[in-house]
Amino acid sequence: MEMLSGGEMIARALEDEGVEYIFGYPGGAVLHIYDALFKTSKIPHVLVRHEQAATHAADGYARATGKPGVVLVTSGPGATNAVTGIATAYMDSIPMVVLSGQVASHLIGEDAFQETDMVGISRPIVKHSFMVREPEEIPATIKKAFHIAASGRPGPVVIDIPKDATRPDAKFEYHYPDAVKIRSYAPAQRGHTGQIKKAARLLLSAKRPVIYAGGGVVQGEASGLLTELARELNYPVTNTLMGLGAYPGTDRQFLGMLGMHGLYEANMAMHHSDVILAVGARFDDRVTNTVSKFCPGAKIIHIDIDPTSISKTVNADIPIVGPVQSVLADLTEQVRQLRKKDTELPDPGALARWWQQIDEWRGDHGLWTGRRYGESDRIMPQQVIESLYRVTGGDAYITSDVGQHQMFAAQYYRFDQPRRWINSGGLGTMGFGLPAAMGAKLAFPDKEVACVTGEGSIQMNIQELSTCTQYKLPVKIINLRNNYLGMVKQWQDMQYEGRYAMSTYEDSLPDFTRLMEAYGHVGMQVTDLADLDTKMEEAFAMKDKLVFLDVFIDPMEHVYPMHVAPNGAMKDMWLSKNERT
Amino acid sequence: MRRIISILMENEPGALSRVVGLFSQRGYNIETLNVAPTDDATLSRLTLTTVGDDRIIEQITKQLNKLVDVVKVVDLTEGAHIERDMMLIKVRANGGAQRDEVKRTTDIFRGQIVDVGPNVYTIQLTGTGEKLDSFVAAMAEAEILEVVRSGIAGISRGEKVLRL
Repeated sequence: MEMLSGGEMIARALEDEGVEYIFGYPGGAVLHIYDALFKTSKIPHVLVRHEQAATHAADGYARATGKPGVVLVTSGPGATNAVTGIATAYMDSIPMVVLSGQVASHLIGEDAFQETDMVGISRPIVKHSFMVREPEEIPATIKKAFHIAASGRPGPVVIDIPKDATRPDAKFEYHYPDAVKIRSYAPAQRGHTGQIKKAARLLLSAKRPVIYAGGGVVQGEASGLLTELARELNYPVTNTLMGLGAYPGTDRQFLGMLGMHGLYEANMAMHHSDVILAVGARFDDRVTNTVSKFCPGAKIIHIDIDPTSISKTVNADIPIVGPVQSVLADLTEQVRQLRKKDTELPDPGALARWWQQIDEWRGDHGLWTGRRYGESDRIMPQQVIESLYRVTGGDAYITSDVGQHQMFAAQYYRFDQPRRWINSGGLGTMGFGLPAAMGAKLAFPDKEVACVTGEGSIQMNIQELSTCTQYKLPVKIINLRNNYLGMVKQWQDMQYEGRYAMSTYEDSLPDFTRLMEAYGHVGMQVTDLADLDTKMEEAFAMKDKLVFLDVFIDPMEHVYPMHVAPNGAMKDMWLSKNERT
Repeated sequence: MRRIISILMENEPGALSRVVGLFSQRGYNIETLNVAPTDDATLSRLTLTTVGDDRIIEQITKQLNKLVDVVKVVDLTEGAHIERDMMLIKVRANGGAQRDEVKRTTDIFRGQIVDVGPNVYTIQLTGTGEKLDSFVAAMAEAEILEVVRSGIAGISRGEKVLRL
C-alpha cells in the first residue's frame, strides 16, 4: 500500500473524489497541503483574491453542475473570511466541502497566531463539520464530507485540519474508501406510498390547483419529472426564486416567480387555489407574506427531502418526506393510474374556468402582456434584462448579486432550464455574483455566463476581476447602474418618506470603464436606450474578454409587484407606485 | 407544556455543542440538561427538558434528528416514563433543634445526609423535579448554602428502549 503524508492524502483524496477545481487561498496552516498539491495534484487550483470569493466561486460551480464545490483556506482570517460564503451555501442547500487549516494540535486553545475555532464559528451554518485529529483519518473524513455534502438535503461541510496532521515527513497508508456508512445519517430514499396515493387523489380532486416548486427540484434533478407531471395534468406552475428554471420559463403553464416580488398571476393563483402541490420549496417568509393569511382555501401537499422543512411555517395536509425525484415519479404513476380509471379527473370544466381566471390575471397585470413601465425616457432596468435575454438567446448562465437587479433578472429572464439561474436566495449575499460567475464559467467554459449586478454589490467582491484576468474568465458583467443601493432606496421611498439614509454614494463611484481597463478587461457605458441592444451584442461578441457593461438606468424605478407588508396576504400587492390590489 | 427529550448521539467532541447550539440558534429553551456516555462507550445519552407547544416540539425533534451526530431522538413525555433528578443541597445546621429539624425533613423526603460538618449538613435527594422543588421549599426555614442538581434523566417504562 502507498504511503502518503497528510497533505498528500488530501491532494490524492480530492482526486479520487473526482474534484475538478479547488478554489482557495494559501496561508501558514495549509502550506503543507499546498506543497503537496503543487507537487502531486492534477486538479487545477483557482487562486481567488479573498476567501469569501473562494466559497462563492465553489458555490457557483456547484449550482451550475450539481457537484460539490471545493474550497481550501488557511486558519484564522482565511477561515473567517470564508464564513459568509459557507452561510450562503447553507441557506440555499448547496453542496460544498470546505477544507480549513488549523494551527498545530499542540497550539489549539492557546490563542496562537491565526488561530480561530472554525468548527465552532461555522457550526450554525454547516450541514456538518469535522476536526481531523489523526492524519490516518483524512481519507475517510474526506469521503464522509463529500457524502454528507451531496446527499439528502445538500449543504456545506467543513473539515478543519491542524497543521501537524499534514506534515510531509509523517507518512501513512493511503486507502480511499469506495463507500461510506454513517449510522446516524440516513436521508430518506423513497416517499411513503400511502401518502403518495393520498396526494394523487387530492391533486386530481382539485378545481383550482397550483404547483409551487422550489430549489429542491433543481437540486434534486427533478425538473423533467416535474414538467411531465404538470403537463400530464395541465396544471399551472409557479417557481420560487431558487426554483427558477425548474419548470420552463417560456411555457404557457408557467406563472412566473411567486412571492414578495412574484408575478401578479402567480400570487393571485396561489391565494385563490384549492390545492397546492409544494415540491422542494420551504414556505419561506419571502414567499408566504403573512403566514396566518396564506392561501386560506388551499389544501397543501408538501414534498421535501428534509422533514424539518415540512410544517415549519405552514402546515402541510399531506406531507411526503423523500427525494423529489423518486416521489414525483411515484406520484405521476399514481396520477396516471387514477386517470385511467376515471378520465374525467381532474374536472375539465373546473380546470378550464381556472385557466380562464389565470389568463385574465395575466392580461390585467402580467409582466408580459399588460404591464407597462418606462414612464421616463431613461433606460428602464427591465429593458436591460430583456435585452440580455434576447442577445443570449435565453441560454446563458445568469448569476446575480442582491437587490433590485436580482429581482428584475428573476422576473424578466425566462429560464427554460434548471441550474441556469444562480443567485443567493436565502442569505441574500451581496458580492455573490462575480465569484459565482467565475465558478460557472470554469464549469462551462463554452457557455455564456453573465453576472447581473449593481454598483453596490459588485464592489463587495470587485477584487475578483484580478482572478478573472489570471484565469482568463471572459464573463460578462451587466451593471444596472442607478447610483443608489436600489432596493434599500426602494424601501426608503415606500416606508421612510424618501429619506435615503446612507443608501447613496453620490460621486464616489469609480470610473468602471477605466477600472476594467486597469485589470485588462473591457468596460463599456450605455446611457441611451437606442444603444442598448447594440452594446449588449458587442459585449457578447467579445468571446475572450471580460466585458463590464455599465448601463445607466432610471434610478427612480421600483421592483413591482411587491407584497403589501406587514399583515398582507399573497394577493395583496403593490403593482406600481400608486396602484395596489 | 414541559417535555423530556432523550437523545442517543455519537460520543464525539462537538456533538454536545451541536445539540445545545441548535436550541439557542433556533430560539428554543433548555430547562435542564443531563449527558453522559452509555454502556456502549461510542454513544452518549443526553436528556433535556424543554417547554413548547406541539408544533415547536415537533420542530425540535426533527431538527435534532437532522444533526449528523444524533442517532435517535425520543420524546419521553409521549408515553409512560420514569424521570429522576438528583440534588445535593448544603444547608446551615447549627444547634440541636435546627439539626433535628433538617434531619426530620430529610427523612420525610427520603433523602440522605451524605456529609456532616459542625455547622452544615449536605443532603442528597433523588426524585422528580417537583419533589426536589418541594424539598427546597420545605427547607425555607433553614439557611440554604448551595444547591446543585443533575438535571432530569429519564427512561421509558416497560419494553420500550432507546438504543441502536
